[in-house]
Amino acid sequence: MPDTTSVKQTLIAKVNENIVVSNVSFINREISALLPFIFVALLLAEHTLLQNRQPFFQKPYFTWIIEVLVVIFAVAGIGANKFPAFWSKFLEKAPLLAAFAGFLIVWDFVTLKLALLPLPYFPSPAAVTAALINEWETLGISALYSLRLLLIGYGLGVLLGLPTGVLMGWYPRFHYWVNPILRSIGPIPATAWIPLAMVAFPSSFTASIFLLVLACWFPITVMTWSGIANVNKAYYEVARSLGASEFYLITRVALPAAMPSIFVGLFMSMGVAFVTLIVGEMLGVKAGLGWFITWAQGWAEFSKVYAALIVMSVLFSGIITLLFKVRDEVLVWQKGLIKW
Amino acid sequence: MAERIDQMVIAAVKKISDGSGALAVNNVQKLFVDPTGGNITALEAVNLDIRPGEFISLLGPSGCGKSTLLRLIAGLDTPTSGSIALDNEVVAGPHYFRGLVFQDPTLFPWLTIRKNVAVGLDARGILKEKEEEVDEYIQLVGLAGFESSYPYQLSGGMAQRAALARALVNHPKVLLMDEPLGALDAFTRMNMQDEILRIWKDRGTTIVFVTHDIDEAIYLSDRVVVMTPRPGKIAKVFDIGIERPRSRNYPDFFEIRSDILELLHFAEKNKPEYYL
Repeated sequence: MPDTTSVKQTLIAKVNENIVVSNVSFINREISALLPFIFVALLLAEHTLLQNRQPFFQKPYFTWIIEVLVVIFAVAGIGANKFPAFWSKFLEKAPLLAAFAGFLIVWDFVTLKLALLPLPYFPSPAAVTAALINEWETLGISALYSLRLLLIGYGLGVLLGLPTGVLMGWYPRFHYWVNPILRSIGPIPATAWIPLAMVAFPSSFTASIFLLVLACWFPITVMTWSGIANVNKAYYEVARSLGASEFYLITRVALPAAMPSIFVGLFMSMGVAFVTLIVGEMLGVKAGLGWFITWAQGWAEFSKVYAALIVMSVLFSGIITLLFKVRDEVLVWQKGLIKW
Repeated sequence: MAERIDQMVIAAVKKISDGSGALAVNNVQKLFVDPTGGNITALEAVNLDIRPGEFISLLGPSGCGKSTLLRLIAGLDTPTSGSIALDNEVVAGPHYFRGLVFQDPTLFPWLTIRKNVAVGLDARGILKEKEEEVDEYIQLVGLAGFESSYPYQLSGGMAQRAALARALVNHPKVLLMDEPLGALDAFTRMNMQDEILRIWKDRGTTIVFVTHDIDEAIYLSDRVVVMTPRPGKIAKVFDIGIERPRSRNYPDFFEIRSDILELLHFAEKNKPEYYL
């Protein structure tokens, strides 16, 4: 009995592998697994063998990293061919990794090697890598400052928007009075308030929090309200016939039923929060990644600007991924229904 | 074996046939305002006394007001005039004394089956003391093993069983069912009819059952209330004197069936309905 099961499992694994590989690449697995190694090796050759035509006097971090990657991808490539089941994740991502290495080759070639793009605006990947490593401390602190502002602003915005939306969806009278405010103030981009906010608030920090709260409040309110207003009325009828109080109807029926819509609002709010945060930091706040970018730009150190952009990308995409994880956890009952 | 276990479960679930659950519908009228501002009479002068523990069906074509009457009894709507009383207490709004089962199971999709069944107890704040009753009722409707499933994972028949358990766990005095089997296929439907009869017999709860299926009404009920539309009113109440357990092809069925069809102008008395 166990024999057939294990045979079955191997068969399934085999089929899965083939599906994975055939999904993303047009060549066989052996070569596909080695693609990252081949492209990183090419990058190393291109970067070290060709003559520089742009000045570059930093430590060769970039070269060191490529060298390490060459070794790692060689091991991974061989390992993936020997134990495909264990390396399935790598196999799936191998073409992407190779493509990224290819992109770095082109970037390095047109900047450092050919000097086709003007400095200081378009530094080479080696210069950006050096900036990332030299400035890691300032970048790290800036990222933390941004994160603090984002979490406070977003958190308060959601804490304010959620009840506003619930009350609007539940009480027609509340809706009557609040709707005009929502309609008129909501669509104004929060960044348009910067001149006023900077005067009205004691510090640029509190002013930025106000802007973030305002920015997040609108989408979350609208989506919560529409979510609650669209709840199947039969749910309330059933709940009332089971002895539910009004409080129970709101918190245990309306709110969970509106959750899918609320999550749309949470994602939209996060998007505008990013924009507002960075613009706020560029224009007023004396810390954070937005400030770092303006500061580096002031010194014409564009390699630092790119370094900050990379940190921002990692930070923001991490936050969005986290939000997706929370969504999947909370909306587990919608499995198969949500397609985004 | 399954029979034995069923009976053990039934024995475990306490009976409440304590003589409560008498419904009195007194001269009820219900008007709706139509889009042009005029009135539509959904129900006119409806009088009905339902005995405790009785299984009664409201039967009629669409528009006859049977669902409206059920919603009035549930307290989801209020009559324009007249009154409805349960055990001499006038109905004013929904109450867990009057449990509801719709054609659509309307389970809460965000709760597991167990939590769905427990909603009534949870809403009343007595779930802690009655946890084991939730399991008993899940067993009673034959959903043991599906406690942690979500509604989207259940078939229509299973979802309707869960909806039934959700209403029953509250020990309603009256169970109001609005075409609860309307969305099921013929075989699941017959199974569920027997299931409902089994539970009704055991629990002794008064059941008001809305349907537009004549055979279903006759097979299930002590009395069938036939209603006619425009305006919605009771045309006649049929006493179904057939002994239980009933057989679906009992000759008396056809007698009553043709009487009802004649009343609804779908057939003439003593003329067979089939044409060769």
